[in-house]
Amino acid sequence: MENETTRMSTEDYSLYYGKFKALNSINIEIPSNRITAFIGPSGCGKSTFLRSFNRMNDLIPGVTTTGTVNLDGRDVAREDVVKLRKKVGMVFQRPNPFPKSIFDNVAYGPRLHGLKNRSELAVLVEKSLRQAAIWEEVKDDLQKSGMSLSGGQQQRLCIARAIAVEPEVILMDEPASALDPVATLKIEELMNELKKNYTIAIVTHNMQQAGRVSDYTAFMLTDQNRAGNLIEFGATKQIFTTPVNSRTEDYISGRFG
Amino acid sequence: MTSGSRRTGLEKTMKTVLLVSALASLLIVLLIFIFTMKGALPAFRELGVWEMLSGTTWRPGNGEFGILAMIAGSGLVTFGAVLIGVPLALGTAVFLSEIAPGWIVKIVRPSIELLAGIPSVVYGLFGMVVLVPLVREIPAPGNAGFGLLSASIVLAVMVLPTIASISEFAIRSVPGGYREGSLALGATKWETVSRVLIPAARPGIISAVVLGLGRALGETIAMIMVIGNSVILPAAITGNPLSIFLSRARTLTGNIAVEISYATGVHESALFATGVVLFVLIMLVNSSAGFLLKRGAR
Repeated sequence: MENETTRMSTEDYSLYYGKFKALNSINIEIPSNRITAFIGPSGCGKSTFLRSFNRMNDLIPGVTTTGTVNLDGRDVAREDVVKLRKKVGMVFQRPNPFPKSIFDNVAYGPRLHGLKNRSELAVLVEKSLRQAAIWEEVKDDLQKSGMSLSGGQQQRLCIARAIAVEPEVILMDEPASALDPVATLKIEELMNELKKNYTIAIVTHNMQQAGRVSDYTAFMLTDQNRAGNLIEFGATKQIFTTPVNSRTEDYISGRFG
Repeated sequence: MTSGSRRTGLEKTMKTVLLVSALASLLIVLLIFIFTMKGALPAFRELGVWEMLSGTTWRPGNGEFGILAMIAGSGLVTFGAVLIGVPLALGTAVFLSEIAPGWIVKIVRPSIELLAGIPSVVYGLFGMVVLVPLVREIPAPGNAGFGLLSASIVLAVMVLPTIASISEFAIRSVPGGYREGSLALGATKWETVSRVLIPAARPGIISAVVLGLGRALGETIAMIMVIGNSVILPAAITGNPLSIFLSRARTLTGNIAVEISYATGVHESALFATGVVLFVLIMLVNSSAGFLLKRGAR
Protein backbone atom coordinates (compact mmCIF):
# COMPACT_ATOMS: atom_id res chain seq x y z
CA MET A 1 0.00 0.00 0.00
CA GLU A 2 3.04 2.26 0.06
CA ASN A 3 3.29 5.07 -2.51
CA GLU A 4 -0.49 5.10 -3.09
CA THR A 5 -2.88 7.98 -2.47
CA THR A 6 -6.08 6.96 -0.75
CA ARG A 7 -9.24 7.97 -2.59
CA MET A 8 -11.87 6.32 -0.43
CA SER A 9 -11.66 4.70 2.96
CA THR A 10 -13.79 3.31 5.74
CA GLU A 11 -13.20 3.40 9.49
CA ASP A 12 -14.83 0.84 11.78
CA TYR A 13 -17.74 0.79 9.36
CA SER A 14 -20.65 -1.42 10.37
CA LEU A 15 -24.05 -1.67 8.71
CA TYR A 16 -27.30 -3.03 10.11
CA TYR A 17 -30.51 -4.10 8.43
CA GLY A 18 -32.79 -3.36 11.36
CA LYS A 19 -31.19 -5.34 14.18
CA PHE A 20 -29.25 -7.65 11.89
CA LYS A 21 -25.59 -6.74 11.53
CA ALA A 22 -24.60 -7.20 7.88
CA LEU A 23 -21.16 -5.58 7.89
CA ASN A 24 -18.82 -5.77 10.85
CA SER A 25 -16.39 -2.97 11.55
CA ILE A 26 -14.61 -2.71 8.22
CA ASN A 27 -11.44 -0.69 7.75
CA ILE A 28 -10.06 -0.28 4.26
CA GLU A 29 -8.20 2.26 2.13
CA ILE A 30 -8.98 2.26 -1.57
CA PRO A 31 -6.09 3.68 -3.57
CA SER A 32 -6.54 6.31 -6.24
CA ASN A 33 -6.37 5.32 -9.92
CA ARG A 34 -6.24 1.63 -9.17
CA ILE A 35 -8.71 -1.17 -9.54
CA THR A 36 -9.74 -2.71 -6.25
CA ALA A 37 -11.67 -5.96 -6.40
CA PHE A 38 -13.98 -7.28 -3.69
CA ILE A 39 -14.29 -11.04 -3.68
CA GLY A 40 -15.96 -13.54 -1.41
CA PRO A 41 -18.80 -16.05 -1.38
CA SER A 42 -22.42 -15.03 -1.96
CA GLY A 43 -23.96 -13.20 0.96
CA CYS A 44 -20.66 -12.01 2.42
CA GLY A 45 -21.79 -8.39 2.13
CA LYS A 46 -19.48 -7.27 -0.65
CA SER A 47 -22.26 -5.65 -2.72
CA THR A 48 -23.73 -4.01 0.37
CA PHE A 49 -20.28 -2.70 1.20
CA LEU A 50 -19.77 -1.35 -2.33
CA ARG A 51 -23.12 0.42 -2.16
CA SER A 52 -21.98 2.17 1.01
CA PHE A 53 -19.52 4.27 -0.97
CA ASN A 54 -22.28 6.14 -2.86
CA ARG A 55 -24.90 5.71 -0.13
CA MET A 56 -27.22 3.59 -2.24
CA ASN A 57 -28.11 1.78 0.98
CA ASP A 58 -29.90 4.97 2.06
CA LEU A 59 -32.75 3.78 -0.18
CA ILE A 60 -33.38 0.68 1.92
CA PRO A 61 -35.67 1.33 4.87
CA GLY A 62 -34.25 0.28 8.23
CA VAL A 63 -30.58 0.50 7.33
CA THR A 64 -28.35 2.10 9.97
CA THR A 65 -24.58 2.42 10.10
CA THR A 66 -21.78 3.17 12.52
CA GLY A 67 -18.24 4.30 11.73
CA THR A 68 -17.49 6.31 8.62
CA VAL A 69 -17.05 6.04 4.88
CA ASN A 70 -14.76 8.74 3.51
CA LEU A 71 -14.14 10.25 0.12
CA ASP A 72 -10.95 12.29 -0.07
CA GLY A 73 -10.86 12.21 3.72
CA ARG A 74 -14.37 13.59 4.17
CA ASP A 75 -17.24 11.64 5.71
CA VAL A 76 -19.75 10.87 2.92
CA ALA A 77 -22.62 10.88 5.42
CA ARG A 78 -22.13 14.63 5.84
CA GLU A 79 -21.99 15.27 2.12
CA ASP A 80 -25.00 16.19 0.00
CA VAL A 81 -26.01 12.85 -1.49
CA VAL A 82 -26.53 14.34 -4.96
CA LYS A 83 -23.00 15.76 -5.00
CA LEU A 84 -21.60 12.53 -3.59
CA ARG A 85 -23.18 10.42 -6.33
CA LYS A 86 -21.88 12.81 -8.96
CA LYS A 87 -18.37 12.10 -7.65
CA VAL A 88 -18.94 8.39 -7.07
CA GLY A 89 -20.57 6.75 -10.08
CA MET A 90 -21.97 3.26 -10.26
CA VAL A 91 -22.38 0.51 -12.84
CA PHE A 92 -24.85 -2.23 -11.98
CA GLN A 93 -24.93 -5.98 -12.41
CA ARG A 94 -27.68 -5.90 -15.01
CA PRO A 95 -27.16 -3.29 -17.72
CA ASN A 96 -29.84 -0.67 -17.06
CA PRO A 97 -29.91 1.89 -19.86
CA PHE A 98 -32.98 4.13 -19.71
CA PRO A 99 -35.63 3.65 -22.40
CA LYS A 100 -34.24 6.71 -24.17
CA SER A 101 -31.90 7.30 -27.09
CA ILE A 102 -28.19 6.55 -26.76
CA PHE A 103 -27.52 10.29 -26.73
CA ASP A 104 -30.10 11.01 -24.04
CA ASN A 105 -28.81 8.15 -21.91
CA VAL A 106 -25.31 9.62 -21.82
CA ALA A 107 -26.54 13.21 -21.57
CA TYR A 108 -28.87 12.33 -18.68
CA GLY A 109 -26.37 12.99 -15.89
CA PRO A 110 -24.80 16.15 -17.32
CA ARG A 111 -28.27 17.61 -17.96
CA LEU A 112 -29.22 16.90 -14.33
CA HIS A 113 -26.18 18.78 -13.20
CA GLY A 114 -27.05 21.78 -15.28
CA LEU A 115 -25.37 21.41 -18.68
CA LYS A 116 -27.87 22.59 -21.28
CA ASN A 117 -25.74 23.80 -24.18
CA ARG A 118 -26.44 21.47 -27.10
CA SER A 119 -22.97 21.51 -28.62
CA GLU A 120 -21.16 21.13 -25.30
CA LEU A 121 -23.43 18.17 -24.56
CA ALA A 122 -22.62 16.64 -27.93
CA VAL A 123 -18.89 16.95 -27.24
CA LEU A 124 -19.26 15.40 -23.80
CA VAL A 125 -21.43 12.56 -25.08
CA GLU A 126 -18.90 11.68 -27.78
CA LYS A 127 -16.00 11.86 -25.32
CA SER A 128 -17.81 9.61 -22.85
CA LEU A 129 -18.81 7.08 -25.50
CA ARG A 130 -15.21 7.01 -26.77
CA GLN A 131 -13.85 6.46 -23.27
CA ALA A 132 -16.30 3.64 -22.79
CA ALA A 133 -15.06 2.10 -26.07
CA ILE A 134 -18.46 2.04 -27.70
CA TRP A 135 -18.33 5.17 -29.87
CA GLU A 136 -17.36 3.33 -33.05
CA GLU A 137 -20.31 0.96 -32.69
CA VAL A 138 -22.99 3.57 -32.11
CA LYS A 139 -21.76 6.81 -33.70
CA ASP A 140 -23.93 6.39 -36.82
CA ASP A 141 -27.18 6.55 -34.93
CA LEU A 142 -27.11 8.16 -31.52
CA GLN A 143 -30.88 8.60 -31.67
CA LYS A 144 -31.40 4.85 -31.57
CA SER A 145 -32.85 3.54 -28.30
CA GLY A 146 -30.26 2.43 -25.77
CA MET A 147 -32.41 -0.64 -25.19
CA SER A 148 -31.84 -1.84 -28.75
CA LEU A 149 -28.15 -2.56 -28.11
CA SER A 150 -26.74 -5.96 -27.15
CA GLY A 151 -26.13 -6.72 -23.47
CA GLY A 152 -22.41 -5.96 -23.67
CA GLN A 153 -23.01 -2.74 -25.57
CA GLN A 154 -25.68 -1.73 -23.07
CA GLN A 155 -23.22 -2.20 -20.23
CA ARG A 156 -20.60 -0.06 -21.98
CA LEU A 157 -23.32 2.53 -22.60
CA CYS A 158 -24.00 2.49 -18.86
CA ILE A 159 -20.29 3.00 -18.23
CA ALA A 160 -20.34 5.94 -20.67
CA ARG A 161 -23.36 7.31 -18.82
CA ALA A 162 -21.47 7.06 -15.52
CA ILE A 163 -18.34 8.67 -16.99
CA ALA A 164 -20.31 11.57 -18.47
CA VAL A 165 -20.80 13.19 -15.06
CA GLU A 166 -17.01 13.13 -14.62
CA PRO A 167 -16.85 11.17 -11.37
CA GLU A 168 -13.71 10.46 -9.35
CA VAL A 169 -14.67 6.93 -8.46
CA ILE A 170 -16.61 4.29 -10.41
CA LEU A 171 -18.20 1.47 -8.44
CA MET A 172 -18.93 -1.66 -10.43
CA ASP A 173 -21.25 -4.29 -8.99
CA GLU A 174 -20.51 -7.50 -10.91
CA PRO A 175 -20.56 -5.54 -14.17
CA ALA A 176 -19.89 -8.56 -16.37
CA SER A 177 -21.87 -11.29 -14.68
CA ALA A 178 -24.79 -10.94 -17.08
CA LEU A 179 -22.54 -10.86 -20.17
CA ASP A 180 -21.00 -13.44 -22.48
CA PRO A 181 -17.21 -14.07 -22.43
CA VAL A 182 -16.44 -11.78 -25.39
CA ALA A 183 -18.37 -8.88 -23.91
CA THR A 184 -16.78 -9.60 -20.54
CA LEU A 185 -13.31 -9.34 -22.05
CA LYS A 186 -14.22 -5.98 -23.61
CA ILE A 187 -15.40 -4.65 -20.24
CA GLU A 188 -12.17 -5.85 -18.59
CA GLU A 189 -10.00 -4.16 -21.23
CA LEU A 190 -12.05 -1.04 -20.76
CA MET A 191 -11.49 -1.06 -17.00
CA ASN A 192 -7.77 -1.12 -17.56
CA GLU A 193 -8.07 2.00 -19.71
CA LEU A 194 -10.39 3.72 -17.25
CA LYS A 195 -8.12 3.43 -14.23
CA LYS A 196 -5.85 6.08 -15.72
CA ASN A 197 -8.53 8.63 -14.96
CA TYR A 198 -10.71 7.02 -12.36
CA THR A 199 -10.55 5.03 -9.19
CA ILE A 200 -12.41 1.78 -9.67
CA ALA A 201 -13.92 -0.56 -7.11
CA ILE A 202 -15.43 -3.75 -8.46
CA VAL A 203 -17.40 -6.54 -6.84
CA THR A 204 -16.98 -9.80 -8.66
CA HIS A 205 -18.00 -13.40 -8.25
CA ASN A 206 -15.38 -14.43 -10.69
CA MET A 207 -12.00 -14.93 -9.08
CA GLN A 208 -10.19 -15.20 -12.41
CA GLN A 209 -11.63 -11.81 -13.28
CA ALA A 210 -10.38 -10.32 -10.02
CA GLY A 211 -6.96 -11.83 -10.75
CA ARG A 212 -6.91 -10.49 -14.31
CA VAL A 213 -8.09 -6.92 -13.83
CA SER A 214 -7.44 -5.74 -10.31
CA ASP A 215 -4.42 -4.18 -8.64
CA TYR A 216 -5.72 -4.77 -5.14
CA THR A 217 -8.02 -7.44 -3.80
CA ALA A 218 -10.19 -7.45 -0.71
CA PHE A 219 -11.49 -10.79 0.52
CA MET A 220 -14.69 -10.77 2.54
CA LEU A 221 -16.37 -13.51 4.51
CA THR A 222 -19.23 -13.83 6.97
CA ASP A 223 -18.51 -14.64 10.60
CA GLN A 224 -20.50 -16.98 12.84
CA ASN A 225 -23.20 -14.27 13.21
CA ARG A 226 -23.50 -13.98 9.40
CA ALA A 227 -22.03 -10.46 9.47
CA GLY A 228 -19.64 -9.59 6.64
CA ASN A 229 -16.01 -9.09 7.63
CA LEU A 230 -12.99 -7.96 5.69
CA ILE A 231 -10.61 -10.88 6.04
CA GLU A 232 -7.65 -9.77 4.02
CA PHE A 233 -6.74 -6.88 1.79
CA GLY A 234 -3.60 -6.44 -0.25
CA ALA A 235 -1.99 -6.33 -3.68
CA THR A 236 -3.80 -8.78 -5.93
CA LYS A 237 -0.61 -10.69 -6.72
CA GLN A 238 0.11 -11.18 -3.03
CA ILE A 239 -3.48 -12.22 -2.20
CA PHE A 240 -3.52 -14.76 -5.00
CA THR A 241 -0.03 -16.20 -4.42
CA THR A 242 0.88 -15.74 -0.77
CA PRO A 243 -2.25 -14.98 1.22
CA VAL A 244 -1.60 -14.39 4.89
CA ASN A 245 -4.92 -15.67 6.17
CA SER A 246 -5.63 -19.39 5.83
CA ARG A 247 -9.31 -18.74 4.98
CA THR A 248 -8.24 -16.54 2.06
CA GLU A 249 -6.03 -19.34 0.86
CA ASP A 250 -8.88 -21.85 1.16
CA TYR A 251 -11.18 -19.61 -0.86
CA ILE A 252 -8.61 -18.72 -3.53
CA SER A 253 -7.64 -22.33 -4.03
CA GLY A 254 -11.31 -23.24 -4.39
CA ARG A 255 -11.69 -25.28 -1.24
CA PHE A 256 -15.03 -23.55 -0.48
CA GLY A 257 -17.31 -20.79 -1.70
CA MET B 1 -54.54 -44.29 -28.30
CA THR B 2 -58.19 -43.70 -27.37
CA SER B 3 -57.19 -41.43 -24.53
CA GLY B 4 -54.85 -39.66 -26.95
CA SER B 5 -57.59 -38.98 -29.47
CA ARG B 6 -59.93 -37.90 -26.69
CA ARG B 7 -57.36 -35.38 -25.53
CA THR B 8 -56.92 -34.07 -29.05
CA GLY B 9 -60.69 -33.79 -29.29
CA LEU B 10 -60.88 -31.82 -26.05
CA GLU B 11 -58.06 -29.59 -27.25
CA LYS B 12 -60.03 -28.77 -30.40
CA THR B 13 -63.25 -28.17 -28.49
CA MET B 14 -61.50 -25.86 -26.05
CA LYS B 15 -60.00 -23.88 -28.89
CA THR B 16 -63.44 -23.39 -30.38
CA VAL B 17 -64.97 -22.46 -27.03
CA LEU B 18 -62.27 -19.86 -26.42
CA LEU B 19 -62.58 -18.49 -29.94
CA VAL B 20 -66.33 -18.13 -29.53
CA SER B 21 -65.98 -16.26 -26.23
CA ALA B 22 -63.45 -13.94 -27.82
CA LEU B 23 -65.71 -13.33 -30.79
CA ALA B 24 -68.73 -12.74 -28.58
CA SER B 25 -67.63 -9.28 -27.46
CA LEU B 26 -66.73 -8.34 -31.02
CA LEU B 27 -70.15 -9.52 -32.16
CA ILE B 28 -71.93 -7.58 -29.41
CA VAL B 29 -70.09 -4.36 -30.29
CA LEU B 30 -70.99 -4.90 -33.92
CA LEU B 31 -74.64 -5.61 -33.11
CA ILE B 32 -74.96 -2.52 -30.94
CA PHE B 33 -73.41 -0.37 -33.63
CA ILE B 34 -75.67 -1.79 -36.34
CA PHE B 35 -78.74 -1.40 -34.13
CA THR B 36 -77.90 2.19 -33.21
CA MET B 37 -77.03 3.02 -36.80
CA LYS B 38 -80.30 1.53 -37.99
CA GLY B 39 -82.18 3.70 -35.55
CA ALA B 40 -80.25 6.76 -36.65
CA LEU B 41 -80.62 6.27 -40.40
CA PRO B 42 -84.03 7.95 -40.83
CA ALA B 43 -82.73 11.09 -39.14
CA PHE B 44 -79.52 11.11 -41.11
CA ARG B 45 -81.49 10.60 -44.33
CA GLU B 46 -84.11 13.19 -43.61
CA LEU B 47 -81.95 15.89 -42.02
CA GLY B 48 -78.53 15.18 -43.52
CA VAL B 49 -75.48 13.99 -41.59
CA TRP B 50 -73.54 17.22 -41.96
CA GLU B 51 -76.55 19.38 -41.14
CA MET B 52 -77.03 17.45 -37.91
CA LEU B 53 -73.37 17.55 -36.95
CA SER B 54 -72.97 21.26 -37.64
CA GLY B 55 -76.41 22.41 -36.51
CA THR B 56 -76.40 24.48 -33.33
CA THR B 57 -80.13 24.45 -32.58
CA TRP B 58 -81.96 21.49 -31.15
CA ARG B 59 -85.71 22.18 -31.14
CA PRO B 60 -87.56 18.91 -31.61
CA GLY B 61 -90.88 20.82 -31.75
CA ASN B 62 -89.58 22.79 -34.75
CA GLY B 63 -87.98 19.81 -36.43
CA GLU B 64 -84.48 21.19 -35.71
CA PHE B 65 -81.98 18.58 -34.64
CA GLY B 66 -78.48 20.12 -34.59
CA ILE B 67 -76.22 18.31 -32.15
CA LEU B 68 -73.11 20.49 -32.32
CA ALA B 69 -73.96 22.03 -28.95
CA MET B 70 -73.97 18.59 -27.35
CA ILE B 71 -70.74 17.58 -29.07
CA ALA B 72 -69.18 20.76 -27.70
CA GLY B 73 -70.72 20.08 -24.28
CA SER B 74 -69.37 16.55 -24.09
CA GLY B 75 -66.00 17.63 -25.49
CA LEU B 76 -65.57 20.57 -23.14
CA VAL B 77 -66.68 18.76 -20.00
CA THR B 78 -64.33 15.88 -20.81
CA PHE B 79 -61.50 18.29 -21.54
CA GLY B 80 -62.15 20.02 -18.23
CA ALA B 81 -62.23 16.71 -16.41
CA VAL B 82 -58.91 15.70 -17.95
CA LEU B 83 -57.40 19.07 -17.10
CA ILE B 84 -58.34 18.66 -13.46
CA GLY B 85 -58.30 14.88 -13.12
CA VAL B 86 -55.08 13.83 -14.85
CA PRO B 87 -52.67 15.91 -12.77
CA LEU B 88 -54.52 14.87 -9.62
CA ALA B 89 -54.48 11.21 -10.62
CA LEU B 90 -50.82 11.27 -11.68
CA GLY B 91 -49.89 12.99 -8.44
CA THR B 92 -51.74 10.31 -6.52
CA ALA B 93 -50.07 7.56 -8.54
CA VAL B 94 -46.56 8.94 -8.01
CA PHE B 95 -47.24 9.52 -4.33
CA LEU B 96 -48.49 5.98 -3.81
CA SER B 97 -45.81 4.26 -5.87
CA GLU B 98 -42.73 6.29 -4.95
CA ILE B 99 -43.18 8.39 -1.86
CA ALA B 100 -45.78 7.11 0.58
CA PRO B 101 -44.65 4.69 3.28
CA GLY B 102 -46.48 1.36 3.33
CA TRP B 103 -48.98 2.21 6.04
CA ILE B 104 -50.18 5.30 4.18
CA VAL B 105 -50.57 3.28 0.98
CA LYS B 106 -52.69 0.83 2.97
CA ILE B 107 -55.09 3.63 3.90
CA VAL B 108 -55.11 5.69 0.71
CA ARG B 109 -55.38 2.94 -1.88
CA PRO B 110 -58.58 1.34 -0.53
CA SER B 111 -60.18 4.76 -0.25
CA ILE B 112 -59.41 5.43 -3.91
CA GLU B 113 -60.92 2.06 -4.78
CA LEU B 114 -63.95 3.01 -2.73
CA LEU B 115 -64.24 6.17 -4.82
CA ALA B 116 -64.57 3.94 -7.89
CA GLY B 117 -67.44 2.08 -6.27
CA ILE B 118 -69.64 5.09 -5.54
CA PRO B 119 -72.67 5.10 -7.89
CA SER B 120 -72.65 8.00 -10.30
CA VAL B 121 -76.01 9.26 -9.10
CA VAL B 122 -74.43 9.84 -5.70
CA TYR B 123 -71.67 11.87 -7.37
CA GLY B 124 -74.46 13.84 -9.01
CA LEU B 125 -76.09 14.49 -5.65
CA PHE B 126 -72.80 15.59 -4.15
CA GLY B 127 -72.28 17.90 -7.12
CA MET B 128 -75.74 19.44 -6.77
CA VAL B 129 -75.58 19.94 -3.04
CA VAL B 130 -71.93 20.88 -2.52
CA LEU B 131 -70.24 21.91 -5.77
CA VAL B 132 -72.96 23.84 -7.52
CA PRO B 133 -73.50 26.26 -4.58
CA LEU B 134 -69.72 26.75 -4.38
CA VAL B 135 -69.38 27.46 -8.09
CA ARG B 136 -72.36 29.82 -7.83
CA GLU B 137 -70.18 31.99 -5.56
CA ILE B 138 -68.00 32.93 -8.53
CA PRO B 139 -69.20 36.42 -9.40
CA ALA B 140 -70.31 36.45 -13.01
CA PRO B 141 -73.62 37.52 -14.52
CA GLY B 142 -75.83 34.55 -15.28
CA ASN B 143 -73.70 32.08 -13.34
CA ALA B 144 -76.13 29.66 -11.76
CA GLY B 145 -73.54 27.16 -10.55
CA PHE B 146 -74.96 24.50 -12.85
CA GLY B 147 -72.64 24.17 -15.83
CA LEU B 148 -69.41 22.89 -17.30
CA LEU B 149 -67.19 23.72 -14.32
CA SER B 150 -69.28 21.82 -11.78
CA ALA B 151 -69.65 18.96 -14.23
CA SER B 152 -65.91 18.88 -14.99
CA ILE B 153 -65.04 18.70 -11.31
CA VAL B 154 -67.52 15.89 -10.67
CA LEU B 155 -66.22 14.02 -13.70
CA ALA B 156 -62.59 14.57 -12.67
CA VAL B 157 -63.28 12.88 -9.33
CA MET B 158 -65.12 10.08 -11.10
CA VAL B 159 -62.23 9.26 -13.46
CA LEU B 160 -59.59 9.74 -10.76
CA PRO B 161 -59.64 6.15 -9.42
CA THR B 162 -59.29 4.61 -12.88
CA ILE B 163 -56.43 6.84 -13.96
CA ALA B 164 -54.68 6.81 -10.59
CA SER B 165 -54.70 3.06 -10.04
CA ILE B 166 -53.65 2.10 -13.56
CA SER B 167 -50.92 4.78 -13.56
CA GLU B 168 -49.70 3.64 -10.16
CA PHE B 169 -49.43 0.10 -11.47
CA ALA B 170 -47.58 1.35 -14.56
CA ILE B 171 -45.07 3.29 -12.47
CA ARG B 172 -44.56 0.38 -10.09
CA SER B 173 -43.89 -1.89 -13.05
CA VAL B 174 -40.94 0.22 -14.23
CA PRO B 175 -37.85 -1.96 -13.68
CA GLY B 176 -36.01 -1.08 -10.46
CA GLY B 177 -32.80 -0.71 -12.43
CA TYR B 178 -34.00 2.55 -14.00
CA ARG B 179 -34.66 4.00 -10.58
CA GLU B 180 -31.26 2.96 -9.21
CA GLY B 181 -29.46 4.03 -12.38
CA SER B 182 -30.94 7.49 -12.19
CA LEU B 183 -30.33 7.98 -8.47
CA ALA B 184 -26.75 6.71 -8.83
CA LEU B 185 -26.11 9.49 -11.35
CA GLY B 186 -26.99 12.05 -8.70
CA ALA B 187 -30.64 12.57 -9.62
CA THR B 188 -33.04 13.53 -6.87
CA LYS B 189 -36.19 11.53 -6.30
CA TRP B 190 -38.30 14.07 -8.14
CA GLU B 191 -35.89 14.18 -11.11
CA THR B 192 -35.98 10.40 -11.24
CA VAL B 193 -39.78 10.39 -11.23
CA SER B 194 -40.20 13.10 -13.84
CA ARG B 195 -37.36 12.23 -16.19
CA VAL B 196 -37.20 8.44 -16.04
CA LEU B 197 -40.14 6.79 -14.31
CA ILE B 198 -43.03 8.71 -15.87
CA PRO B 199 -41.57 8.53 -19.40
CA ALA B 200 -40.93 4.82 -18.94
CA ALA B 201 -44.46 4.29 -17.66
CA ARG B 202 -45.94 6.38 -20.47
CA PRO B 203 -47.74 3.58 -22.32
CA GLY B 204 -49.54 2.55 -19.16
CA ILE B 205 -50.36 6.14 -18.26
CA ILE B 206 -51.76 6.78 -21.74
CA SER B 207 -53.97 3.70 -21.47
CA ALA B 208 -55.13 4.94 -18.10
CA VAL B 209 -56.05 8.37 -19.45
CA VAL B 210 -57.87 6.87 -22.42
CA LEU B 211 -59.90 4.58 -20.17
CA GLY B 212 -60.72 7.63 -18.09
CA LEU B 213 -61.70 9.59 -21.22
CA GLY B 214 -63.99 6.79 -22.29
CA ARG B 215 -65.66 6.78 -18.91
CA ALA B 216 -65.94 10.59 -18.94
CA LEU B 217 -67.54 10.69 -22.39
CA GLY B 218 -70.03 8.02 -21.39
CA GLU B 219 -71.04 9.41 -18.02
CA THR B 220 -74.72 10.32 -18.02
CA ILE B 221 -76.71 10.72 -14.85
CA ALA B 222 -74.18 12.75 -12.83
CA MET B 223 -73.84 15.09 -15.81
CA ILE B 224 -77.57 15.57 -16.13
CA MET B 225 -77.71 16.55 -12.48
CA VAL B 226 -75.05 19.28 -12.53
CA ILE B 227 -74.44 20.53 -16.07
CA GLY B 228 -77.69 22.47 -16.47
CA ASN B 229 -78.83 20.61 -19.58
CA SER B 230 -79.58 23.69 -21.68
CA VAL B 231 -79.02 23.03 -25.35
CA ILE B 232 -76.79 25.99 -26.04
CA LEU B 233 -73.40 26.16 -27.66
CA PRO B 234 -71.19 26.86 -24.62
CA ALA B 235 -69.68 30.34 -24.74
CA ALA B 236 -67.85 32.64 -22.38
CA ILE B 237 -70.36 34.46 -20.18
CA THR B 238 -67.99 37.32 -19.32
CA GLY B 239 -65.01 38.92 -21.05
CA ASN B 240 -62.75 36.20 -19.66
CA PRO B 241 -62.55 33.27 -22.12
CA LEU B 242 -62.22 30.87 -19.18
CA SER B 243 -65.77 31.78 -18.17
CA ILE B 244 -66.92 29.39 -20.89
CA PHE B 245 -66.74 26.80 -18.12
CA LEU B 246 -69.43 28.66 -16.21
CA SER B 247 -71.76 28.19 -19.17
CA ARG B 248 -74.58 25.67 -19.00
CA ALA B 249 -74.38 22.84 -21.48
CA ARG B 250 -75.77 19.44 -22.34
CA THR B 251 -73.81 16.27 -23.06
CA LEU B 252 -74.53 13.79 -25.83
CA THR B 253 -75.37 11.17 -23.23
CA GLY B 254 -77.64 13.54 -21.33
CA ASN B 255 -79.46 14.44 -24.54
CA ILE B 256 -80.43 10.82 -25.09
CA ALA B 257 -81.34 10.08 -21.49
CA VAL B 258 -83.45 13.18 -20.96
CA GLU B 259 -85.55 12.92 -24.11
CA ILE B 260 -85.75 9.28 -25.14
CA SER B 261 -88.74 8.48 -22.92
CA TYR B 262 -91.13 10.69 -24.90
CA ALA B 263 -89.43 10.97 -28.30
CA THR B 264 -91.11 9.56 -31.42
CA GLY B 265 -90.45 9.57 -35.13
CA VAL B 266 -87.56 11.73 -36.38
CA HIS B 267 -86.95 13.00 -32.87
CA GLU B 268 -86.35 9.45 -31.67
CA SER B 269 -84.14 8.74 -34.65
CA ALA B 270 -82.15 11.91 -33.97
CA LEU B 271 -81.44 10.60 -30.48
CA PHE B 272 -80.11 7.39 -31.99
CA ALA B 273 -77.95 9.59 -34.21
CA THR B 274 -76.63 11.22 -31.03
CA GLY B 275 -75.68 7.72 -29.90
CA VAL B 276 -73.82 7.06 -33.14
CA VAL B 277 -71.83 10.28 -32.72
CA LEU B 278 -70.93 9.26 -29.17
CA PHE B 279 -69.88 5.83 -30.41
CA VAL B 280 -67.63 7.31 -33.10
CA LEU B 281 -66.11 9.81 -30.65
CA ILE B 282 -65.11 7.02 -28.28
CA MET B 283 -63.66 4.99 -31.14
CA LEU B 284 -61.62 8.04 -32.18
CA VAL B 285 -60.30 8.45 -28.64
CA ASN B 286 -59.28 4.79 -28.45
CA SER B 287 -57.55 4.77 -31.81
CA SER B 288 -55.67 7.98 -31.02
CA ALA B 289 -54.38 6.16 -27.94
CA GLY B 290 -53.09 3.39 -30.20
CA PHE B 291 -51.34 6.02 -32.29
CA LEU B 292 -49.76 7.67 -29.25
CA LEU B 293 -48.60 4.30 -27.94
CA LYS B 294 -46.95 3.41 -31.23
CA ARG B 295 -45.16 6.75 -31.31
CA GLY B 296 -44.03 6.27 -27.71
CA ALA B 297 -42.65 2.81 -28.45
CA ARG B 298 -40.14 4.15 -30.95
